[in-house]
Amino acid sequence: MNVLGLVNYWAFVFLMMVGFYILISQGNLIKKIVGLNIFQTSVFILYISMGKIRGGTAPILTEGDPIYSNPLPHVLILTAIVVGVATTALGLSFVVRIHEAYGTVEEDEIHDLDVATASGEAPTLGVGA
Amino acid sequence: MTDHLPVLQVIIPLLAAVLCAVVRRGRITWAIALATTWASFWIAIQLLMRVRVEGPISYALGGWLPPEGIEYRIDLVSAFVLVIVTATGAIVTPYALKSVEREIDAAKIPLFYAAFLLCLTGLLGIAVTGDVFNVFVFLEISSLSAYTLISLGQDRRALTAAYQYLIMGSIGATFIVIGIGMMYVMTGSLNMADLSVLLAELGPNRTVVVAFGFLTVGISLKLALFPLHLWLPNAYTYAPSAVTAFIASTATKVAVYMLLRFFFTVFGAAFSFDVMQLDKVLLPLALIAIFTMSLVAIFQTNVKRMLAYSSVAQIGYIILGISLASVTGLTAAILHLFNHAMIKGSLFMAMGSVMYRVGSVELEAMRGLGKKMPLTMAAFVAGGFSLIGVPLTVGFISKWYLILGALEKGSWWWTVAALVLTTSLMAVVYIWRVVEAAYFQDFPGEEGAVVEAPYALLIPTWALIVVNFYFGIDATFTSEVAGSAARTLMGLAP
Repeated sequence: MNVLGLVNYWAFVFLMMVGFYILISQGNLIKKIVGLNIFQTSVFILYISMGKIRGGTAPILTEGDPIYSNPLPHVLILTAIVVGVATTALGLSFVVRIHEAYGTVEEDEIHDLDVATASGEAPTLGVGA
Repeated sequence: MTDHLPVLQVIIPLLAAVLCAVVRRGRITWAIALATTWASFWIAIQLLMRVRVEGPISYALGGWLPPEGIEYRIDLVSAFVLVIVTATGAIVTPYALKSVEREIDAAKIPLFYAAFLLCLTGLLGIAVTGDVFNVFVFLEISSLSAYTLISLGQDRRALTAAYQYLIMGSIGATFIVIGIGMMYVMTGSLNMADLSVLLAELGPNRTVVVAFGFLTVGISLKLALFPLHLWLPNAYTYAPSAVTAFIASTATKVAVYMLLRFFFTVFGAAFSFDVMQLDKVLLPLALIAIFTMSLVAIFQTNVKRMLAYSSVAQIGYIILGISLASVTGLTAAILHLFNHAMIKGSLFMAMGSVMYRVGSVELEAMRGLGKKMPLTMAAFVAGGFSLIGVPLTVGFISKWYLILGALEKGSWWWTVAALVLTTSLMAVVYIWRVVEAAYFQDFPGEEGAVVEAPYALLIPTWALIVVNFYFGIDATFTSEVAGSAARTLMGLAP
């Protein structure tokens, strides 16, 4: 198998696994968002790599008969980047409000506070609500 | 004008959402939302009627013909889902006026309606489009706005629920894009109809198999298939009442629609079930979901959370119907999309009325409400009957088809039918716990502290209850549409 020739795809798999692992293993809400970002970025590499042809040029009509790279995956991934930005922004704004309401961004501490709420030891209403 | 109905279905709520964000006056944005949802409902009905007469509608967006351009393609399944989503929207919006004013900051109300309409846009877009990447874009539009809507809940746990949903939902959506990317690598096409032809020509291929796996997991996360349902109970419990009623009735249903679209239209029933043996994965998960989630629902003390777990079980019924991989099973699944939307919508709206008057949906708060809020609790009981599957309600119709579909399969399948009946009895238990508190316990507070919910909440709730009974008594229309939709998906009819 041509390992070096597929280097982009190996990068995709590596980044995907790194991002996914951070998402699962981290208890810090901000680090989770970072993991999600890496996870989503890996997909960008997948799409961008598949559109590229070695020696291919941008799809602009010129003299002769050049090989064109496929522009569509790049366009698709522009959309996905926008979606990624929106997701990150929304996720971080949730983290800000969670920090206002709970005073922490650690998942286990939030869990303890919720358990305390459920047993009636703490106020139910959040500051941000 | 009527030629452009497919795109207007999406464009109208999208523009109305922008308008709401600009106008920033609570009541005016509500009026915009009301007009939009009813207009969308009208369009959806028009489309359904046209598809029934003329067959699938293909609309080339911007005049760019498929497969290069983006195609909006509406067949019976998508038209039916459009009606489910817009009908729920049209009934929840009048309900939202009072409910939202009570539960959400006045300053945030215009933006609430903007997010609500964006969510509607995304859900309708998924059902309308015939382009797989477009599905992802609309999925993210609906999901991001749904996270926002859920985070508006009064309890601070709404924030963590929304965050949790955001993380799980984004993982699901990213899995879906990876799957779509792998299909694109192999075929060079994003058009669903085109993909189905190209994938069939390609034959078995490892990349396609991996794409299938990514799509299965991604969509299962979105539709809260057991054991990927962990985001759902908290999200439904802590979201504002109107949001829960809307999301519970539509978001998971549209995800099921995506499942049908990818597995039956894009990959084809033969590949999904004969080659990939998808039914062997879905069936056990569906059965476990139905049984364990009904059991968990019995032990909940928060009624909204109880209904949320019941939702996961009901999604199990839908997936069970799909995993039967027969026309009857599929009919049951598509019917239950509609029926469950109507059932859960009415139940969550009844709980929203309780929230409005009592301020809590804990089981304790239900005590004595049978006398204090007779119409609200009667609606809950009627919806509960439908959830259980008592004859003359829609719940009965879907379970009838589901059991028929199971028995059709052969000798050992009566056990599945028996499980469906047993879990219906479990639904009796958890609905009974509310009935017991509401009708057989005394109201703990002062006399006159709680009165019946306002008509603005009661009328929409009862409208859904009437739908529950109307289509339970005369199911010819729904079962005919679901039946032909199922035959279309199985490739037996155009």
